[in-house]
Amino acid sequence: MELLRAQDVDKRFVNHLALDKVNISVPENSIYGLLGPNGAGKTTLIRIITQITAPDSGGIFLNGRPMEPNDVHNIGYLPEERGLYKKMKVGEQALYLAQLKGLSKRDALKRLKYWFEKFEIQAWWDRKVEELSKGMQQKIQFITTIIHEPKLLIFDEPFSGFDPINANMLKQEILDMKAKGATIIFSTHNMGSVEELCDHITLINKSKNILEGQIDDIRNQYKSNIYEVSFHGEPEKLSNSLNEHYELTEQTKLNGKNAVRIKLLHETNKNELLSLIIPSVEILSFNEVMPSMNDIFIKVVNENKNK
Amino acid sequence: MNKIKLIIEREYLTRVKKKSFIVMTILGPILFAALFIAPAWIASMEDTEVKTIAVIDSSSVFLNKIPDTDYIKFKYLENTSLVDVRKGFSESEYYAVLQILPSITYEPTAVHLFSTKQPSFAVKNYISSSMEKELKNQKLRAAGINENVLSSIKSDVSIRTIQWTEDGKDKEGSTEIAMAVGYAGGFLIYFFIFMFGAQVMRGVIEEKTSRIIEIIVSSVRPFQLMMGKIIGVAMVGLTQFILWIVLTFAIVAGVKTVMFPEMGTKNAQEVVAQDMFSGENIPEAQQVIQQQQNMQEFEGIFNSLKTINYGVLIGSFIFFFLGGYLLYGSLFAAIGSAVDNETDTQQFMFPITIPLILAIFVMMNAIQTPDSPVAFWFSIIPFTSPIVMMVRIPFGVPYWQLALSMSLLVLTFIATTWMAGKIYRTGILMYGKKINYKELWKWLRYKY
Repeated sequence: MELLRAQDVDKRFVNHLALDKVNISVPENSIYGLLGPNGAGKTTLIRIITQITAPDSGGIFLNGRPMEPNDVHNIGYLPEERGLYKKMKVGEQALYLAQLKGLSKRDALKRLKYWFEKFEIQAWWDRKVEELSKGMQQKIQFITTIIHEPKLLIFDEPFSGFDPINANMLKQEILDMKAKGATIIFSTHNMGSVEELCDHITLINKSKNILEGQIDDIRNQYKSNIYEVSFHGEPEKLSNSLNEHYELTEQTKLNGKNAVRIKLLHETNKNELLSLIIPSVEILSFNEVMPSMNDIFIKVVNENKNK
Repeated sequence: MNKIKLIIEREYLTRVKKKSFIVMTILGPILFAALFIAPAWIASMEDTEVKTIAVIDSSSVFLNKIPDTDYIKFKYLENTSLVDVRKGFSESEYYAVLQILPSITYEPTAVHLFSTKQPSFAVKNYISSSMEKELKNQKLRAAGINENVLSSIKSDVSIRTIQWTEDGKDKEGSTEIAMAVGYAGGFLIYFFIFMFGAQVMRGVIEEKTSRIIEIIVSSVRPFQLMMGKIIGVAMVGLTQFILWIVLTFAIVAGVKTVMFPEMGTKNAQEVVAQDMFSGENIPEAQQVIQQQQNMQEFEGIFNSLKTINYGVLIGSFIFFFLGGYLLYGSLFAAIGSAVDNETDTQQFMFPITIPLILAIFVMMNAIQTPDSPVAFWFSIIPFTSPIVMMVRIPFGVPYWQLALSMSLLVLTFIATTWMAGKIYRTGILMYGKKINYKELWKWLRYKY
């Protein structure tokens, strides 16, 4: 089921085209990665989805119908550049932001209490925001983003500013929310977290989306037929056993274990490779090397640049 | 609508709870009250030490002629030379020695005042004016004009102004009161626009630089946020003014009863009357007439205070007060959104400041001639009308002009708010770019 669709979205600013016929389709209850280099148009797209700005043409559809201003109540958006009123008290401010999301004061208080306890920041309720560390402020921003339990959550670089422990906690919360049925759009440069969290991605580069799909499909599509073999024995023996259909791309030695990467050329398969090298060395493991999202990202963006 | 209410509430409460607001609210009336009380206080503090001045009058013209006051006494020394007095001066009771040379009747500089310190201005002034009067009287007498004629010559003119209103009644007004009321109203509006307009601007800059704006615009329309802020700050301003007025009156009244219990209105009138006649030898009857005249003048002032059309005055004050503020408030908000910090606001503040300052200049002019073409046009043009029209209202303004001015003001503030809203929504999410007018013009044409 598709929850959100952006269809042929164009957005032009005075001197440049920020979005050029961008299409994305976010399946319900997925974590959708919005990737792209700086200035590609990700934030503009998010601002169009959150109705902060309007597209020049094209449209955003929620559950198949055009999005309306009131739909923002079903969206929780954590922007990349985020702040709080420095002079305001933490609790007052969280309450204010929660009420702006459409919660009643009573509901807001009840939910805030729950989250403040969960994140162990109750003691900060009456402190001024300026006394808080950046990580602490991030927690409060996170809470006010999800407090109204929206169906669609949009996180723009959520992990920046978090230490590893808190980042992990946040990751866990995001996965929890997905388990509870939320759909999450996730904009980041951090490919590690994309691989860990996302089901689907789209890659936006220079105002266009150039790659979209399920993350596994994409990785399969970009795999380069390289296998990693670790073994006991002499590397020379192994390399000598290879014929012209195989290329040794990398050779390493780690903790007494040898490892090589072998690329399959022409129409060969991994069983043939295995039968070739089994006589020469004792094989410890044999894996297909999947391209990392990082590699794919760089590859696709560079290919695009050359076009 | 509920969200605007929330925003107004926050803008209002955070400002009202600030220490600076509380300090200003308390300090303001004390300063205002000081402004009212200080003159009275200073007057009552007026040198109460009795000063005796020795007079060596070798012209014999002023012998016993300079009247004593409560604090300045004159002692006429005969057959004493200046040198003698000087010798014993430090041990004597004298504050100063007044030497009058015989040539005084034709030579104005034939008077000297000797003292060990610089005599006070009040003393010097009193002596010279008393002597002038005395000389004049003597010269008139020498010309054969007797005292009765002299006192009947003394004339006073006090004009009471009566307005013929359209419904055929007479209305007594006072030009001075009208001027004062108009002036106060105009200045308050000017002050309010600048002080609270700047607060709106700073609020917008704060939201922008702290990036809280990014979080808020995802749940609130930028226009709601802008209007909420403008209205919230307006309410802060109104609260402050009302508190100021109430507290000022309370303090003035309190201080008056505590410090000057004897200073009733009647007393005050007498004081004024006395001041006016002091040093003059006016027959009793004349004094009574004079006093009556004075009483009439006071009554006139009170009457005209009563006859000012307070409905129109207060109604239009609130209208122009808010209208002017809303017009400029939205512009201030737009400026705040276009810049990254307060120092960058200068170039945009300029065009806002110009009409306001111009309005103040025209106001000065309109107070003298409330119906001049300049006063008329500037009280119709919306950017200056709140200030200039306020000065004209106490003098009476035709209703059609008032209506025209008000409706133009409303139309203009709707237009500026709409424009400001467009600039605002682009500006608040724009960082690190030096903005110029060309850029603002582009923002105005963005489609959302």
